[in-house]
Amino acid sequence: MRKRHTPKDRLITVALHLALAAGLFFAAFPIYWMLSSSFKSNTEIFALPPTILPKAFTLEAYAAILGDPVKLRFFFNSYFVAGAVTVLTVLIALLAAYGFSRFNFRGKGSLNTLIISTQTIPPITLLIPFFGLVVSYGIFDTYVALILTYLVFTLPYAILLMTGYLNTLPRDLDEAVAVDGGSSWTALWRVIVPISLPGVVATSVYTFLLCWNEFLFALTLTKSTSMRTVPIGIQLLMGQHAFEWNQMMAMSVLGSLPLLLIYLVAQRYFLAGMTAGSVK
Amino acid sequence: MTRQKRSHHKLKRAVAPYLYLSPSLLIIGLLMLLPMVTVIAYSFQNSAVLRRDPSFAGLKHYQAIFDDPVFWASLWHTLYFTCMSVIFHMTIGMVFALMLNSDRINPTLRNILRVLYILPWLFTAVIIAVIWRLLLEPNGVVNSILMQIGVIGSKVEWFSSPETALHAVTFANIWAGYPLFMVSLLAGLQGIPKDFYEAADIDGAKAYQKLIFITIPQLMPIIISISLLDFIWTMQVFPLIWITTGGGPIYSTEVLSTYTYKLAFSSYNLSQASASAVVILLISLGLTLFYIRYQKAR
Repeated sequence: MRKRHTPKDRLITVALHLALAAGLFFAAFPIYWMLSSSFKSNTEIFALPPTILPKAFTLEAYAAILGDPVKLRFFFNSYFVAGAVTVLTVLIALLAAYGFSRFNFRGKGSLNTLIISTQTIPPITLLIPFFGLVVSYGIFDTYVALILTYLVFTLPYAILLMTGYLNTLPRDLDEAVAVDGGSSWTALWRVIVPISLPGVVATSVYTFLLCWNEFLFALTLTKSTSMRTVPIGIQLLMGQHAFEWNQMMAMSVLGSLPLLLIYLVAQRYFLAGMTAGSVK
Repeated sequence: MTRQKRSHHKLKRAVAPYLYLSPSLLIIGLLMLLPMVTVIAYSFQNSAVLRRDPSFAGLKHYQAIFDDPVFWASLWHTLYFTCMSVIFHMTIGMVFALMLNSDRINPTLRNILRVLYILPWLFTAVIIAVIWRLLLEPNGVVNSILMQIGVIGSKVEWFSSPETALHAVTFANIWAGYPLFMVSLLAGLQGIPKDFYEAADIDGAKAYQKLIFITIPQLMPIIISISLLDFIWTMQVFPLIWITTGGGPIYSTEVLSTYTYKLAFSSYNLSQASASAVVILLISLGLTLFYIRYQKAR
């Protein structure tokens, strides 16, 4: 049994809370600084001594971003590509997961290993052949190029996540459909899909995040400003107005909103996805 | 069911899984396995991608890479960046997980802190890079605080001096990546049976003994598999370095991915870049095989 309220014990508790506070500073200060800088004027950001809270609170950086159609287009592109890839990934992964979860077939083990190992293929290795393919098929600088290439990276995770989820659903449900003479296809859509919502949500969240964060392929496979996504937009902003830090921070805050919102609303699904690769 | 109908049904059951898997396999085959073969082929060609009928180059491009001191520097930077990142991700993740798991803190505070400690994980690499560039600006807040408390005498150009740049990008990456360990280890800590600790209490074990003889061995499988994955993923990091330093100054933060990218898309030497990409692929595959064997042995 633990002895409480001895002086030594109190000291440990105090030390623990001090350590927690230090940890909090380490984890959250950079993010707080981004947020507070986005509400400052550009001169105040580098004021000496630094102002912890914006002294002259201003929304000018946000107005500059949201009032610029070029920047809004970055956001549209990111939402559009991530949305399209998410829908496609979830559909295709659901079918594959159903195959993995409900059937025994030759080559199942090696296919599963193949899918696990594709998670670790370096993006830079695929970039050069993708560039060659995309150029030779004439889809350079299009949404199609981004959507197809993102699919390759989202599918393996999505299949593993969905298979894991379907394995938790009792088999009697779809066996009942088979006894009634229904096909596995009927069982999938009538029985499995309606109760798979949590798995679908977790998979969608993770797929969306992967796409939203993607940088290397968006950088290389698109060229015109109107095709760029948010991460590239931030980089462009950096090149053009190297000293407009408040705008860069405002754009970073806006670019982080979807992730933060998803995390706050669906924390459980979010963590399920983020740790999926590692607990497999 | 008639016999014919039954055998028809059996056939359908046998074919069905392949049908369900076919869209995925088609995509993985055409867009992942085929490109991997292609990049290997490129690495043996002269003027790959750029010419329609490239000639065979043998091992020339590999030779060129292995003769390039920048390649070896990149390999070394990648190793330093990756090893330091994984070690500190693990240490910080472990310390945070143990602190949050302590019964000395109030459950509400624990939940709030858990959410806040995960924060760095929610940000895109590009945004992390931009945040750290702002923080580490010569006139930025980090220099100003460090000078105030007397740690440094004059402004340090963290990302633009060759002595500090590699440490600065590594630090930013450490900050961005520890939550994966923290979350996984927290889940692992909650899975350790309470009676292990009760038995140790009866034997009069001290806190550090419980940590060394119960907690760490119990968490070992998680520590090993996350470290391997983290190692593989960190080795491939591109955007963080691209945005903070771009590999510079004077190659001091060049890593394998930025080295390969520049070969391909700044010098348009796609053949040599392919050779470098194949080297990265081989290192990753080696580690992946190790990871999969470890997972299967468990």
